[in-house]
Amino acid sequence: MSSELSINPGIELRNAQLELHHFQVRLAIAAGFVLLAFLLLAGRFFYLQVVRHGELYTLAEANRISIVPVTPNRGVIVDRNGVVLAHNYSAYTLEVKPDRIANLESLINELATVVEITPRDRRRFRRLLEESKSIGSLPIRTRLSDEEIARFAAVHYRFPGVEINARLFRQYPQGEVFSHVVGHIGRINQREVEQLQEEGLTANYRGTDYIGKTGLEQSYERTLHGTTGVEEVEVDSGGRPVRTLSRTPPVSGNNIALNLDARLQEVAYNAFGDRRGALVAIDPATGGVLAFVSKPGFDPNLFVDGIDSVNWNELNNSPDKPLVNRALSGTYPPGSTFKPYMALAGLAYGKRTPQQTIHDPGYFMFGGHQFRDSHPGGHGIVDMYKSIVKSSDTYYYMLANDLGIDAIARFMAQFGFGSRTGIDIAGEAAGVLPSQEWKMRRFNQKWFAGETISIGIGQGYNAYTPLQLAQAVAMLANGGVAYQPRIVNAVEDYRTRKRASVEPRRLRALGLKDDHLAVVRQALIGVNKEGTGARSFAGAAYVSAGKTGTAQVIGIKQGEKYEESQVQEELRDHSLFIAYAPAEAPRIALAVIVENAGFGARTAAPLARKVLDYYLLGKRPRPEQRSRVNDASSN
Amino acid sequence: MHPAIRRLAYSLTRQIDGALLGIVLALVALGLLVLVSASNLNAARVTGQAANILIALGLLWLFANIPPHYLMRLALPLYVLGVLLLLAVALAGDAVHGARRWLDLGITRIQPSEFMKIAVPLALAWYFDRHEKTLRLANYAVAVVMLVIPVALIARQPDLGTAVLITAAGFFVLFLAGLPGRVIAGLAIAAAAALPLVWSALRDYQRQRILTLFDPSQDPLGAGYHTIQSMIAVGSGGWFGKGWLNGSQTHLDFIPERTTDFVFAVFAEEFGLLGCLLLLGLYLAAISRGMLITANAPTMFARLLCGAITLTFFTYAFVNMGMVSGILPVVGVPLPFISYGGTALASICLGFGILMSVNNHRKLVQT
Repeated sequence: MSSELSINPGIELRNAQLELHHFQVRLAIAAGFVLLAFLLLAGRFFYLQVVRHGELYTLAEANRISIVPVTPNRGVIVDRNGVVLAHNYSAYTLEVKPDRIANLESLINELATVVEITPRDRRRFRRLLEESKSIGSLPIRTRLSDEEIARFAAVHYRFPGVEINARLFRQYPQGEVFSHVVGHIGRINQREVEQLQEEGLTANYRGTDYIGKTGLEQSYERTLHGTTGVEEVEVDSGGRPVRTLSRTPPVSGNNIALNLDARLQEVAYNAFGDRRGALVAIDPATGGVLAFVSKPGFDPNLFVDGIDSVNWNELNNSPDKPLVNRALSGTYPPGSTFKPYMALAGLAYGKRTPQQTIHDPGYFMFGGHQFRDSHPGGHGIVDMYKSIVKSSDTYYYMLANDLGIDAIARFMAQFGFGSRTGIDIAGEAAGVLPSQEWKMRRFNQKWFAGETISIGIGQGYNAYTPLQLAQAVAMLANGGVAYQPRIVNAVEDYRTRKRASVEPRRLRALGLKDDHLAVVRQALIGVNKEGTGARSFAGAAYVSAGKTGTAQVIGIKQGEKYEESQVQEELRDHSLFIAYAPAEAPRIALAVIVENAGFGARTAAPLARKVLDYYLLGKRPRPEQRSRVNDASSN
Repeated sequence: MHPAIRRLAYSLTRQIDGALLGIVLALVALGLLVLVSASNLNAARVTGQAANILIALGLLWLFANIPPHYLMRLALPLYVLGVLLLLAVALAGDAVHGARRWLDLGITRIQPSEFMKIAVPLALAWYFDRHEKTLRLANYAVAVVMLVIPVALIARQPDLGTAVLITAAGFFVLFLAGLPGRVIAGLAIAAAAALPLVWSALRDYQRQRILTLFDPSQDPLGAGYHTIQSMIAVGSGGWFGKGWLNGSQTHLDFIPERTTDFVFAVFAEEFGLLGCLLLLGLYLAAISRGMLITANAPTMFARLLCGAITLTFFTYAFVNMGMVSGILPVVGVPLPFISYGGTALASICLGFGILMSVNNHRKLVQT
């Protein structure tokens, strides 16, 4: 190309000039467009500022009328008996408009000479300031006392851009006991602003500073929030309101009533003592959630007006992970609580009859590998009843091997293992129901037959949420019907007090044979009568069904022995228990896991007993255990 | 004056175009004046903006002293770096206020989308310059792809205002590079035909913004509020305005975002139609100067770059004033030199520095 051009430089020159000419034509077109656009703007200005000037000037003058949103009251949350779990109270706050203030730090120092401003208030304010982008005013102090209000009023003139406002505050009187299920509200952040925009709700949230962040506060946000009202207010030339011209009142949010029983929840929460863990109790007839505990909890009230950095770091970095909702998103191997379902699978697929026995020498050999029974020396001759009551591992190693992994996965899926239950709070984990297909998808690896063996005793890849364990045992209790677990029982209209019940949602019937179910249920009663749960349920005034479980946290090597005392606390086994009662007509089914607490029979089963005793008999546990937790929740 | 000082003064200022600098100084002065009123005499805001202006003028001086052929060498690396940074933002960016725009480099955080306002026209101008002698339709297609990649990444963040500005800048380069008229017509027809499709793809709130344009009274608490109040402010100004610090709309808090995107409403209320025409005149003067420099630029690269810088500046002004006066939908585009904020100011001054540099180097290249 270049050589061609160098032969005839005349063409190049002409081309260049032609191109320059083209370019200048284009530039001229652009210039014309610019002129046209500016003429359009000038015309628009003329139209607004001259033609419509009179009308718009009047409007601006009349713009002494300010349209003010009136925030609706947020709905209240109560338990099944009307015990208040979340409500509002009115209090005065000292608020600062950051974009009106030149030096915030010195202003706050000056304010601190008038009202008390703690270091915590300062940290909280700084955090709020970082999160919000100069939108309106931010609270520097909440819950002012009458005296403080009077003191500030006297020197108000010194602080332009600072004002006192009456605001409604959210309070959670039950504190940490309900922190994971009720959740909490917090100030609306920019991401939520955008989400509201997308959903077309911006107008309804004008004037609203808070939104549900977690738990029911989040999942029932629409119900609880209500409809914002509008007030037309006449203001004087300084912008201060003079009188109200018209008012569309706000419509308060609706209240929600839960299936949860606050006292049951408290008993269960306190029964954990200092232990970590989770407990979910379900009404097997409806799927209504009676208790939903994740221990440890945290004080949700800390989050309401913005948590300060010290408290936040403490909660967020604590090794006990109090912010994690264990019942909903913690996944654990079910351990031996898996065995009743395995037994049902054996019956359903015709691999076992109730009477069929095996010999349990204390181990099971497969592929040259010894799978040990947790009971040294084994249980001898074992039939299905004994396999559950005494919790024989060998029986279920063999059964798992006979069933194969995919039959197990297919059968367990009906009980909801490994899939989200669809409970009415967000953040649920799905867990893992292992199968050949799952392993291929997850690890891109083939399934090894040896891996099936420990699946039979609820170890291996098995990982389920306490909620899933509770839903499954509720199906054993009600004869094999799956209900969607529901925390909310009814939505109550704030004005008429009329309750619209949330109907139980029946998902499916499992189609289990009655006689199969009867065998397993009989064995579960046997567990609490003469088996691994017998000591915990000695002397109970009702007949209960249960199954203990112990979930390994670390693998034990071949030929090695697990010595609890020699293992670090956070690596010790989890203690599990599933139960329902009364056995003949169950009113409650529950699953409990106590982290790193060893054998299921030792920690989880007595805890379940306390919960069942309270729910069925109204028996309160010994008082000294309660007071300790009450102290913690009251600060 | 001592000759040494005079030499120093000369060497510091010889690259500066007096006319353009004069216009810029007039505009930033006007901007500070408006900000004093719009911020309710907030000293922190005004001094903050003064600092922004000094930094921006420093950038202007710096780029006025970089010869265009250096920029040309940097065009492709800067573009690639910019796209990589945008990708990094998409994958690992800091979400500030919900939108992922910032990249944390440990020491400082940067916003690559702003950087692309210059890098995209720079790269496109470089590309056309390279293929100047052999331009074919395929080259335009490549250029469109070079434009669409960063625009798509920025629109996803989401940052619609910046995406619009970069699209405009890229389109100007294509147009000035001689994108055939029939292609433009074809694109326009295709765009018109796609309108119903676009409408159905829009989010509810985006549709709301467009509907609000036609009838702001539809939604007085929501999207229409900004438009209604800013139109009232503009119109109530009349011929001569209500006078500095006397706008009732401004000082009674009726104008939202009144120091940033809606600052023009404050200006129009207090300085009236005459003030608005003066402002239009200043913008027009800056654009004319830019176009003159563009027309006299020695190389294709310089022509295209200067043309794009000038027309992007025009787009800023037009979109912002159009939005505040209610003839364009509300997008986050600031009013150049007047809106509070340092980023847009810096990128505009940087562009003006390039204009000055091109203006100074035309003789050097031609001889």
